[in-house]
Amino acid sequence: MKRTVPLAIVMVGGILFMIQYFIPHQYSQTLFNYYTEWAPIVGAFALVLGVGSLTRLHSHKIKRKAKNWQYSYAVLIPLFGIPFFALIMPQNLGGGMMESMGGDRLTQGVFDFAYMNIQVPIQATMFSLLAFYIASAAFRAFRAKSALATVLLFSAIIVMLGQVPIGELLGKWFPKVGLWILRYPNLGAKRAIGLGVGFGVLATQLKIIFGVERNWLGGAGE
Amino acid sequence: MSETIGIWVAAIFTIGIYSFLYKENPLYRLSEHLVVGISTGFGIAVTFTQVLKPKLIEPIVTGEHGAWLLLIPAILGLLYITRFFSGVAWLSRYPMAFLMGAGMGIGFPLSMKASVLRQLEASLVPLYEAGMPWDVVVGNIVMVLGTLAALIYFFFSKPHKGPFFGTGSKIGIWVIMVGFGATFGFTVMGRISLLIGRIQFLLGDWLHILK
Repeated sequence: MKRTVPLAIVMVGGILFMIQYFIPHQYSQTLFNYYTEWAPIVGAFALVLGVGSLTRLHSHKIKRKAKNWQYSYAVLIPLFGIPFFALIMPQNLGGGMMESMGGDRLTQGVFDFAYMNIQVPIQATMFSLLAFYIASAAFRAFRAKSALATVLLFSAIIVMLGQVPIGELLGKWFPKVGLWILRYPNLGAKRAIGLGVGFGVLATQLKIIFGVERNWLGGAGE
Repeated sequence: MSETIGIWVAAIFTIGIYSFLYKENPLYRLSEHLVVGISTGFGIAVTFTQVLKPKLIEPIVTGEHGAWLLLIPAILGLLYITRFFSGVAWLSRYPMAFLMGAGMGIGFPLSMKASVLRQLEASLVPLYEAGMPWDVVVGNIVMVLGTLAALIYFFFSKPHKGPFFGTGSKIGIWVIMVGFGATFGFTVMGRISLLIGRIQFLLGDWLHILK
């Protein structure tokens, strides 16, 4: 019951739906429709797990007054406050979810305000922060220590210069060569890596279906 | 007024994140924790309004024909919660098994099609056709041979020796390095454009130095 039945469900479901793709009979199509209707509902409940773990972690931190425990409030307050404002608080009191993200920001309510003015800028800034780290990584990686490293260096420089106006000023061929590198040799390498990943995905899917790969069962009792 | 408050809040958090470049500090930690809380809270609200409400609650409440069947995925989903109770935690494997099994079964032919067959099909291009520009001809040859060579490089079941596997893998690593360089350059430019966007926001929307 604890391991065998879930493994059997995976095997039967996997084989059934694999066959369904090749035999799109009315019955198998109905089964497929049920799955596509039910899967998002089952998946949505998985969020309870994530929210539960996050709440448990941070409430324990606050209880034990662990290091930096004060910041746990910065997780817990929006974690419950945002859904409260979005789903329970009426729109005329600053709650509710607006369909459009445009217009006056504050009148959209707390939910949209937090999303547009905290979430979006923080995420964009975090990604842009990588520009600095990638620059320092480039400083270490872009050393023409060997022929292969030199190829990497030139390829990166040409692609970068090909995308900015200064590249075109330096030489009219920069954008063309940059684009050519992206379209052909880069595509060749990417495709080979992609095919390798594709075969890996297929192998993993088969391993899961046939119960060879069982890590997904986790450690919830034997 | 509301717009101004929003811009100030966004600017403070933007600076908070950039302050990490100097060293970790309370404003950065606050921003970091807030983004976790807000994005999860946003996830809850969206999941409820986009999935649970229209696909589960409303059909059951309005008594739609056959809606009682939706109780099956609802009960399956609720079994996830057993993960918090060690004695019955194994029950959480059932919803996972439902999603995994069917998901893998549906995914297998689709992965085969998208990740393998379509990729192979796209690699089978004519190397030369009348009227084809020379850069496209060279490009197609480089792309086809490059894909083969890079595949040989990743084929570890045979030693990389001899004219086929040895030379093939050597060409393969050159193609891969060109690809890595191009990807690196492309990523750098993407991040730089995000950085420019944030600087424009700070200097334009916030400080009004840029017009």
